[in-house]
Amino acid sequence: MRRLALLLLTLASIFLLASCGDDSDGKTLTVVTHDSFNLSEDLVKQFERDNGVTVKLLPRGDAGSMLTALILTKKNPEGDVAFGVDNTLLARALKEGVFAPYSSPLLGRVPNEFQSEGANFVTPVDYSYVNFNNDIARLKELKLDPPKRLEDLLDPKYKGLTVVENPASSSPGLAFLLATVDYFGEGKYLDWWAGMRANGLQVADGWETAYNTNFSLHGGSQPIVLSYATSPAFEQLFADPPRPDAPTANILADKAVFRQVEYIGVLKGTKNETLAHKFIDFMLSVPVQEDLPGQMAVYPVNSEAKTPEAFAAFSKVTVAPANIPAAVIAEKSQQWIADWTRVVLR
Amino acid sequence: MRIDARTRAVWLALPALALIGLFLIYPLAEVLRVSFARGESLSPLFEDNYFAGRLWFSAWQAALSTALSLALAIPLAWVFACHRFPGKGTLEALLLVPFVLPTIVVAVAFTALVGPRGALNVALMKLPGVSNPPIDLMNTLWAILLAHVFYNAAFCARIIATNWRAIDPRTEDAARMLGAGARQRFLAVTLPQLRNGILAAGALAFLFCFTSFGVVLILGGPKYSTLETEIYRESLFLFRLPIAAILAIVQMAVTFSAVAISTRLQSRVPGGSHGRRESAFTRETLVAGSAVLVVAGLLTLAPLAALVERSLHAGDGYSLRYYTMLDENVRGQALFVAPIEAVRNSLVFAVCTALIALPVGGLAALAAVRARSTLVETLVQLPLGVSAVTLGLGLLISFDTPPLNLRASPALIVFAHSLVATPFVARTLTARLRSMDPRLRDAAAMLGAGPLTTFLRVELPMLSGALAVAATIAFATSMGEFGATLLIARPEYPTIPVAIYRYLGQPGATNFGQALAMSTILMAVTASAFFAITRAGGRDARF
Repeated sequence: MRRLALLLLTLASIFLLASCGDDSDGKTLTVVTHDSFNLSEDLVKQFERDNGVTVKLLPRGDAGSMLTALILTKKNPEGDVAFGVDNTLLARALKEGVFAPYSSPLLGRVPNEFQSEGANFVTPVDYSYVNFNNDIARLKELKLDPPKRLEDLLDPKYKGLTVVENPASSSPGLAFLLATVDYFGEGKYLDWWAGMRANGLQVADGWETAYNTNFSLHGGSQPIVLSYATSPAFEQLFADPPRPDAPTANILADKAVFRQVEYIGVLKGTKNETLAHKFIDFMLSVPVQEDLPGQMAVYPVNSEAKTPEAFAAFSKVTVAPANIPAAVIAEKSQQWIADWTRVVLR
Repeated sequence: MRIDARTRAVWLALPALALIGLFLIYPLAEVLRVSFARGESLSPLFEDNYFAGRLWFSAWQAALSTALSLALAIPLAWVFACHRFPGKGTLEALLLVPFVLPTIVVAVAFTALVGPRGALNVALMKLPGVSNPPIDLMNTLWAILLAHVFYNAAFCARIIATNWRAIDPRTEDAARMLGAGARQRFLAVTLPQLRNGILAAGALAFLFCFTSFGVVLILGGPKYSTLETEIYRESLFLFRLPIAAILAIVQMAVTFSAVAISTRLQSRVPGGSHGRRESAFTRETLVAGSAVLVVAGLLTLAPLAALVERSLHAGDGYSLRYYTMLDENVRGQALFVAPIEAVRNSLVFAVCTALIALPVGGLAALAAVRARSTLVETLVQLPLGVSAVTLGLGLLISFDTPPLNLRASPALIVFAHSLVATPFVARTLTARLRSMDPRLRDAAAMLGAGPLTTFLRVELPMLSGALAVAATIAFATSMGEFGATLLIARPEYPTIPVAIYRYLGQPGATNFGQALAMSTILMAVTASAFFAITRAGGRDARF
């Protein structure tokens, strides 16, 4: 009897818990995003007041996890809009049909170069560059000049001093692999990677590991790390004790950087389409665009938005980024990752 | 009559089997169905035996890690089960702390200690003739093994110690009187009686290491990969879901067999009912005891201490700045996590997990022992072999429609944590139950006590120690936040690990410092909770 009672109690509690907490409330706008997303609370509150809605931000792991979750839940999506699919993932997202079309009226303020892909389905919001950073003090200690081009890193004097992220488990890792394909050409990029391996290249699983443990700034062995062009600006902004300059600097060369564009899109099947459109316009508005750099270390796509001074001082990018269309990325990246793994890891 | 009682006992496992059926089998079946419906090619599975190699690596590194963990756990269990010494309670709480730390934090701790500019290398480089950092562990097999010992040794020691305390000391006394030396007494008398404890601890450690994910990915680096890291890459980066699904099935099959074997090997002979008293160290045991504690301390406490040191090292001197900064939402972020809120959420999840896993796992343990069913015992261990990534995806797609619309509910997180905690609870309690003398129950029955009275007045008091150990591990499983819950996490209830990840995800010295401060808070909260649970469990709950 007692066991039966216990069982019934368990089932009843499951049912009770199940019945509360539903996400299909018309007054809530759910934004599926990745773990790195952030935004000023005041701006979100403003949007909520203006539209009489509650905004729920729903992080779903990194960008790759988020897209997998979006694809698997596309018949019954968890949210109304999704932010954070980038140009390395875009073609797959479009092929799987997770987004419903929308063209924001604010796109007029976004340069065409950001709109060439995914038009009508997704809207560009921000971008960043994936490139090498160096630890200025550590290189000085080693009496080395920062390398200028990717070829310089093959020099034995930089042996064992570079760390990159694995393209099979990290989005900056994949972005940079794509840049090398464009920089050296599809026939030659693997030669550079083989040379890097011979020169003691270190590979970390993801950005967090590379930057927080391998990078010499945090006590690791490598003063050259694959990170973002905005990282030096963030190092200055969040330095402790405060300092006028940045402890790290970008290594930039034409085509040796990859430009990651992050998009937002309406999830197909949403019941809040009008609100979803308003949220996308909100993300393109100048206040949000000026907020994003300090929150997520990205550059705004809206040409009217200003960026923090530290960005101009320490994170200015004037070189041309690598150019590989999203469709080519979708078609070939699996093969490129497999070849890279064979050459660099096995 | 006997048969009937055994059959009835199986029903006690029903809550555990329901939990497993609903939150493990059903979501896995769903994810498999969806994956295979995509109809992608499976041919990469068989290319140059790559995945067979991963399977082999997963198995042998797990076996080696388990052996090393036990090699430290058995002496540690001896120290804690047989002796009393000052600071014991604090030490036993601290030793379990690694279990809850996110791997990336452990990697930072190891870097602070044995990295090229870590404390140990800096000290060694002061020696004459040493110019380069002599220790370089990162991305080696040693880093994987060391981290696995770091994670597993203390909880293995706990399970073995519970068993050890139940050994009738008169068996050893008898051997001593018959002239057996210390070594012979241990090998011929004590060790055989520890068999169930060691098997239980070893099986858990093996499963933990076999399905190891963060340790291999982050500390081992990309040259090493287990089935679980491949499942992660295949499903979240290469989007080859059917391949990931097959690998997840293989992983479960292997772990199921491993559990079945270890269950078969268990001894069915119950131990005594007298239990031992702790004694102070004697002159002979003091040296051995201190040596064990020093090794365990260096391995587990030194990295933790290095972490705390770095969290206090703000800018150019020591200060609590990173701790005070945690409370200020300087950037006015919408997804800001206040530390007190994160601590509260983590604690609520952990307590709920323990409240579910203890009765569910406890009843399953009773079922397995009373019904003498290896099948029940093995089935209850299934959650430990599951791929966290696959389960996470499964949970996401399986509970999205009424009547089971749990997707947006924090209850799903509690159930997922309970699912993984239940096998630990069941294992710990099974080992203890089996070492109980059945004559005690017979005696109670003869004196007229019904089964419930017997359980409440005879067995439960004797279980209190094992229950506290089980509660600690259930609690820790939830505090440490395991991988599957990443995909079903609720932004309304951010936990401490979520806050740590948020800080470690951005460049800048203060972000790094705050991540370490948050990690220190996680350690402090966990250690205090362990301390409290152990105290609440009474004297028997101690090691």
